[in-house]
Amino acid sequence: MEREFALRSPISRRRFFGTAGVTTLALASPPAFADATAQTSSLPTVNVRLTVNARQLALDLDPRTTLLDALREHLGLTGTKKGCDQGQCGACTVIVNGQRINSCLTLAVMHAGDEITTIEGLVEDGDLHPMQAAFVRHDGLQCGYCTPGQICSAVALLAEHKAGWPSHVTADVATRPALTDAEIAERMSGNICRCSAYPNIVAAIRDVNEGGRA
Amino acid sequence: MKPFRYERANGVAAACAAAAAPGARFIAGGTNLIDLMKLQIETPELLVDIGLLPLADIIESTAEGGLRIGAGVTNSGLAADMRVRRLYPLLSQAILAGASTQLRNKATTGGNLLQRTRCPYFYDTTKPCNKRAPGSGCAALHGINRMNAVMGVSDDCIAAHPSDMAVAMTALDARLETVAPDGAIRAIPIDALYRAPGNTPHIETVLAPGELIRSVLLPPPPQGRQVYRKVRDRASFAFALVSVAVVAEREGDRVRAARVAFGSLSYKPWRSAEAEASLEGASATRTSFDAAGIAALKNARGYGHNDFKIPLARRTLRATLADAVGV
Ligand SMILES: Cc1cc2nc3c(=O)[nH]c(=O)nc-3n(C[C@H](O)[C@H](O)[C@H](O)COP(=O)(O)OP(=O)(O)OC[C@H]3O[C@@H](n4cnc5c(N)ncnc54)[C@H](O)[C@@H]3O)c2cc1C
Ligand code: SF4
Ligand code: FES
Ligand code: FES
Repeated sequence: MEREFALRSPISRRRFFGTAGVTTLALASPPAFADATAQTSSLPTVNVRLTVNARQLALDLDPRTTLLDALREHLGLTGTKKGCDQGQCGACTVIVNGQRINSCLTLAVMHAGDEITTIEGLVEDGDLHPMQAAFVRHDGLQCGYCTPGQICSAVALLAEHKAGWPSHVTADVATRPALTDAEIAERMSGNICRCSAYPNIVAAIRDVNEGGRA
Repeated sequence: MKPFRYERANGVAAACAAAAAPGARFIAGGTNLIDLMKLQIETPELLVDIGLLPLADIIESTAEGGLRIGAGVTNSGLAADMRVRRLYPLLSQAILAGASTQLRNKATTGGNLLQRTRCPYFYDTTKPCNKRAPGSGCAALHGINRMNAVMGVSDDCIAAHPSDMAVAMTALDARLETVAPDGAIRAIPIDALYRAPGNTPHIETVLAPGELIRSVLLPPPPQGRQVYRKVRDRASFAFALVSVAVVAEREGDRVRAARVAFGSLSYKPWRSAEAEASLEGASATRTSFDAAGIAALKNARGYGHNDFKIPLARRTLRATLADAVGV
């Protein structure tokens, strides 16, 4: 579904809900949102080309638009969450050119030409990504609000570990540490879970790293 | 956020010229600047994006046997570089002790050095703050100043510099190479980058408008063991209460030479000549380490909530030295 809507960019969230047939939600969307849209359209915009989940998109954006707001409000990719909007919680984590970042502390215009993967882009041909499946299997969530960020973060974490990156808990930074639970916890510290699903999150990541069932 | 214009610089000269205009700012990773722009603590009219400048993300060996680090190298890239990990483990350790992986993947070497204070009143736009609004007063002086500085500051501003990376670079005698809008290149020892607050705490560095940090130069690695230790409210992803960078060389049962720099105690990473002098040739014992701590914090002054930082810094130094020289 997201892919279909990603193609329709730029679209407002209002239209996203409208096209998806969830008219009641569209009607219930807060007036503040409509104001924001009106205000934005009166300011000069810049054209930004982004590749999001392997789709090339062109957006006309107010330069102030964060990557997070571009994804959620302009592309309807609401899987990526806004927790703090200050880099402190990790709910907005997406993967840009293979590296995880906080999409709330970067401007969409700074990402012209970049390849962005969101939680929606991890699904392949309708199959959950192994990390998504492991989170389900290990019950690595309660309310689920932090989960898209946790999963994007965890996917990138495995790539960083494979590349031999050390962490704060690596005893000798010149070595390539094994991915112990302590290493996983430290490397995931940029993703806060208010429900404290941490033990199961660590278990899910450990499972995927050890090649557990996909 | 206030509206602004956005430009992507395609050359160093063009970037410096654009950023020299009043109201213009460089933007690198954006992890500090965008945060402050959302709160309208920073209100630039023009953002000059230096993310795509050539050489920005290169780490190369220098003729003298050190490293030249492009200002655009990310904190993650620098901490993961094998030359840094082998020759300057202090630097990797310090970077990895800061922020989160997501932030370090965006944060750059130049931006990290120039990140602004985390003083809570600097962030609270309803409170007086001489750094944010010159002349308005300092709410931290008699406020909740637990995170604030205990050395080298003034009653006009007791803000602490929050960087971990810069503390390691200070202990490693790093120099910054800058380019001015007129093309002039100069080298600034990291210790001379930051200006004491005095009565102008809004002026934080010696950099001129439009002056770009191009690279950071590390001299050849010093002799001895390098250890960075950070003390914070939680085990990860928190700013330092106190941190210590130590390079210490042991000879038999003595300390041959040591370098000591503290983080989060002052407006800049605090290199302690007093501690270093006290350690030179001293016995490798806890008594000597305590003496070094007393020498280092001799002129420290607490402001109430942050009084604890003084004994904490001494104890952290003792533990870090003990680790470095193997006592
Ligand atoms: C939640 C959170 C936790 C954090 N925890 C820590 C921590 O524990 N330890 C720590 O050390 N840091 C921490 N940080 C801060 C982080 O390290 C900085 O935000 C980051 O290093 C800034 O780099 P940047 O490239 O994103 O800078 P930007 O935000 O792009 O720029 C910062 C400033 O530097 C200027 N600038 C950037 N590059 C140059 C250049 N080459 N020449 C001249 N001027 C330049 C900009 O104009 C701007 O004024 C944390 C940040 C957040 C949000
Ligand atoms: S300590 Fe400095 S930054 Fe903090 S409120 Fe006082 S003047 Fe502002
Ligand atoms: S929303 Fe970006 S880190 Fe919290
Ligand atoms: S599952 Fe609720 S915040 Fe993590």
